[in-house]
Amino acid sequence: MTPHVLTRSLDRSATVFLLIVAGLGVLIPLSNLLLPSGSMFQVPTYLVALFGKYVCYAILALSIDLIWGYCGILSLGHGAFFALGGYAMGMYLMRQIGSRGVYGNPILPDFMVFLNYPSLPWYWYGFDMFWFAALMVLVVPGLLAFCFGWLAFRSRVTGVYLSIITQAMTYALLLAFFRNDFGFGGNNGLTDFKDILGFNVQADGTRAALFILSCLALIIAFLICRAVVTSKLGKVLIAIRDAESRTRFLGYRVESYKLFVFTLSACMAGVAGALYVPQIGIINPGEFAPGNSIEAVIWVAVGGRGTLIGAALGAIVVNYAKTVFTSGPLAPYWLFMLGALFILVTLLLPKGIIGTFNAWYEPWSARRLNAESAAREDGISAPKPAE
Amino acid sequence: MNAMNTRTTSALLYLDGVHVSFDGFHAINNLSLTLEPGEMRAIIGPNGAGKTTMMDIITGKTKPDEGVVLFDGVTDLTRLDETRIAELGIGRKFQKPTVFESQTIEDNLLLALNVDHSVKGTLFWRGSKPDAERIERVLETIRLKDSRTKLAGSLSHGQKQWLEIGMLLAQDPKLLLVDEPVAGMTDVETHQTAELLKEINKDKTIMVVEHDMTFVRELGVKVTCLHEGTVLAEGTIDQVSRNDRVVEVYLGR
Repeated sequence: MTPHVLTRSLDRSATVFLLIVAGLGVLIPLSNLLLPSGSMFQVPTYLVALFGKYVCYAILALSIDLIWGYCGILSLGHGAFFALGGYAMGMYLMRQIGSRGVYGNPILPDFMVFLNYPSLPWYWYGFDMFWFAALMVLVVPGLLAFCFGWLAFRSRVTGVYLSIITQAMTYALLLAFFRNDFGFGGNNGLTDFKDILGFNVQADGTRAALFILSCLALIIAFLICRAVVTSKLGKVLIAIRDAESRTRFLGYRVESYKLFVFTLSACMAGVAGALYVPQIGIINPGEFAPGNSIEAVIWVAVGGRGTLIGAALGAIVVNYAKTVFTSGPLAPYWLFMLGALFILVTLLLPKGIIGTFNAWYEPWSARRLNAESAAREDGISAPKPAE
Repeated sequence: MNAMNTRTTSALLYLDGVHVSFDGFHAINNLSLTLEPGEMRAIIGPNGAGKTTMMDIITGKTKPDEGVVLFDGVTDLTRLDETRIAELGIGRKFQKPTVFESQTIEDNLLLALNVDHSVKGTLFWRGSKPDAERIERVLETIRLKDSRTKLAGSLSHGQKQWLEIGMLLAQDPKLLLVDEPVAGMTDVETHQTAELLKEINKDKTIMVVEHDMTFVRELGVKVTCLHEGTVLAEGTIDQVSRNDRVVEVYLGR
């Protein structure tokens, strides 16, 4: 079964993509750790963390492409799942601080001491154990997506209405997490992390390891997405995207399919958030901002909806541009540029970067294949007159 | 087979006293109709007579305000949703051909096959030989064998109609509801479609809605004329087309 799934999911472009991610996942940390600092080819540690952030965004973009590109569910609140995964990891990191905090309380994180919490709230129990936190990284976003999706898809909420309620969902979470008495550090969020699994989060080695793990997570997420979209289930998803009610009349329970793929996607977004937090060093309610989720949808649109590779590429390209522009004199104009980018892509490259490339490349390679097979047929038929 | 409830009718499809109104407009008015197993029935009637609404009721898209809709004598269709009704074995071809345009013809048929439709079943689905053979047979029947890997969106209107009929065949239902199968077809294609439906009727029950009277005549089956959501006349095509009321509201003098 496994080899069958692998051969089915790995076409040429998928293999090339995975090799590039794996290559960067090895080369960047090696260059950071082994080459002397100041060498031309040495990647400084701050860049390793920055690239690690891009990779996490690429995983988030993949998760959005899976539901939007293949099933037509436009979630404008996927940042919420990303942030929930991030908070689950942040809670683990907070508990690891222990008595090294400013107030030196072995159990309570600093903000709880500051806000006069008498004891640890029940929902913080277990987060001192990594395995529990890692589980919650998947369970919390997955459970929210399942409940949300169960209600929305069963009531047949689709299109812009669904998009709007996903925005409302992330906004509601933003407001809740801003509150000090909600128990997640209010507007300061969770920060001042010390170690992860006993390793110092600031150390070069830890950052390199986190980068490698992020690349690995991207590879696994990509393989899962490919396995899903190349299965028969993937064909059903596209059928739902293109003609939902027709799919129902064929006897498919559309809401189950949507629920499955939406929950899977939320879990992936949660993992992305969990890898993001230790590399960035902070998680705060700002991650729930509706704008973040919309931005993530733009990455997918820029890279090419329904192509997976495009989504990952779009996340990296747009975020690289953001890094470049927001650190220069153009910083105040970044949002205008992002908006302009979205409009330009919609008008000029409606299929995104990868989609446009495929539209140009596929007919070309098909022609080449045809020419080859025609040549082969000629070769067979050529001797005939001589017979 | 279904011994749970006592079977009150031998009909495969039984509609009695069905009533639907949308915002005060009576789309279906005391409609009663029965379809025997193995029968093919043509439904005619002017626009707005309730033909498509009737199909919506049978397939679970619209819930009737009152009335009885029984399938196979025992199953109350008004309580089920589209997916359940499709699983029971009622297939539908829409008035406007709806195929999955961005997927190949082969994949369209694969999606229609009546195999495991659960999420798990499709995720781990692997093609089997009988399935492949069935797709092959359907492709042959609908004469699209050579363009199997083409995208359904690239087909002509007539070919899409045929592909949709092919999807019905792949679905292998007990009852086929076929809404305007020859709209937009040439005379030759219309004739071929009539032949195809007659062929399918050898082992399936069919209800076909059509405006094309030559086509209906060619089918040579019992005809029901609907008007304002109720049955106006029923009988052979000659009987129905001689009926004064039918001539008045539908055929014209």
